[in-house]
Amino acid sequence: MTTLFFIEHVNGQVSDQSLKAISATSQIDGDVHGLIVGSDIDSVVAEASKIEGLSKLMHLDDGSFNNILAENLTQLILNISGDYEYFLAAATTTGKNVMPRLAAKLDVSQISEIIAIEGPDTFIRTIYAGNAIATVQTSDPKKVLTVRPTAFKSALIGSSGCEITKINAENMPSISEFIGEELTKSDRPELTSAKTIISGGRGMQNGENFELLDKVAEKLGAAVGASRAAVDAGFVPNDYQVGQTGKVVAPELYIAVGISGAIQHLAGMKDSKVIVAINKDEEAPIFDVADYGLVADLFQVLPELEQAL
Amino acid sequence: MKILVPVKRVIDPYVNIRVRSDETGVETENVKMSMNPFCEIAVEEAIRLKEAGKAEEIIAVSIGNQSCQETIRTALAMGADRGIHVLTEEKIEPISIAKILSKICEQESPGLVISGKQAIDGDNNQTGQMLAALTDMPQGTFASKIEIDSDKVKVTREIDGGLQTVSLNMPAIITTDLRLNEPRYASLPNIMKAKKKPIDQKSPEDYGIDVTPRVNVLKVIEPPKREAGIKVENISELVEKLKNEAGVI
Repeated sequence: MTTLFFIEHVNGQVSDQSLKAISATSQIDGDVHGLIVGSDIDSVVAEASKIEGLSKLMHLDDGSFNNILAENLTQLILNISGDYEYFLAAATTTGKNVMPRLAAKLDVSQISEIIAIEGPDTFIRTIYAGNAIATVQTSDPKKVLTVRPTAFKSALIGSSGCEITKINAENMPSISEFIGEELTKSDRPELTSAKTIISGGRGMQNGENFELLDKVAEKLGAAVGASRAAVDAGFVPNDYQVGQTGKVVAPELYIAVGISGAIQHLAGMKDSKVIVAINKDEEAPIFDVADYGLVADLFQVLPELEQAL
Repeated sequence: MKILVPVKRVIDPYVNIRVRSDETGVETENVKMSMNPFCEIAVEEAIRLKEAGKAEEIIAVSIGNQSCQETIRTALAMGADRGIHVLTEEKIEPISIAKILSKICEQESPGLVISGKQAIDGDNNQTGQMLAALTDMPQGTFASKIEIDSDKVKVTREIDGGLQTVSLNMPAIITTDLRLNEPRYASLPNIMKAKKKPIDQKSPEDYGIDVTPRVNVLKVIEPPKREAGIKVENISELVEKLKNEAGVI
């Protein structure tokens, strides 16, 4: 059996999410082939070819794939799908966009955001936003999986590269078109890949006060998040939201400031390695999951924290 | 133009999830159920397009047991025009749902299908993409903005790190993200009116779809519990612990 893994790249490097997710393939028997797409990415292709465990890398050198359309990438993978038994990608917005489309084209189920591999056909994934963990077994001959990157350690990049093959884009559908992209300009890491996150809740009182979090985030190289309560109150945009209906994160360090700890929020962050809670209400449920709790007025202690770092 | 909106009945998002002690799944008996929040956003968007004169009819579809009728009624009370209920007691998977929906698309020829990006029970995030594959329609997933321009629809998508805009030939499938809109509450008069709106009852067999599960759930367990840690007195103690004990800063 052979596995095909779709490798993403960001800013001239193999995506951190892909590097983590590809580690999952080490628990599947057989060869692992990579697929990478885009033009003018020679250094990324060279880097990707050195990912440990990869025995072959296919590269589509095509500028129309610099911005990925699900319709076209699905067709590309279908074109080369022949003998592969496993199809994997990181559960990024691209992976989530493409892999179910591929699975339906192959007439198989897709298994989303696996966090562990139990056997050749048996996988573990979270449901109900992490409030339950399911072990599932598929009877489909081909397995199409997305992998939750936070559940795996980054694959190593070795010194020698595997064989690189160029492939072509054939039979591309022309039913969709890329118009533009507006990436959040920030020196800070993105929420889902950040190692440290500092989030604010209703206790922040207004949007301007989020600057207090920004200052700490700058010192820590952290991303800034928010609870749904803070988003609902209009303090920050919705893409800040960590929780059941927002982003699920699992950083090394999660600092919850002025967040009571409603179940919706906990569902999105309780897999964080270390949780810090700062809240003036000592009864707040966030303290039940926090490794370190500080009962204090956030307006007093946030500037202190910034100073102390 | 018709808009098809699939809606799913799920455990209410504000209910505490309890895993059954026999590890067969999550307790759903005597638990408050609601329309999946992302489906509510889908219904709302369809209604707004109709209010803007871009669509004539909104069809809400739900697949599942008898109680799914209530979920369809909710969509009708918000402003959908009619419902289709595909009755089944099976635990039905995204691929089977997508197959049934593709048959409904053949019959109804909607200009748009708007669905939630995922249901908050299975967290699969698959059905819309699968339906797009089966119907060979383009897909605009995780939408935060939708603009119809004659035979194309421009969709702004929430992607990791920002926004992406794509233009799709219609008919197209769109799945909703949180920022798309804020769903309305159904008014009492509209709830009364919804009772008179038609719901067509069907079965998977009517569409010739075999819904036998391909993925077997072996067990469902609770996630490992997090123990509450310690309280620190002040910031300097906190920083010291994070540096020397936890080693995370």
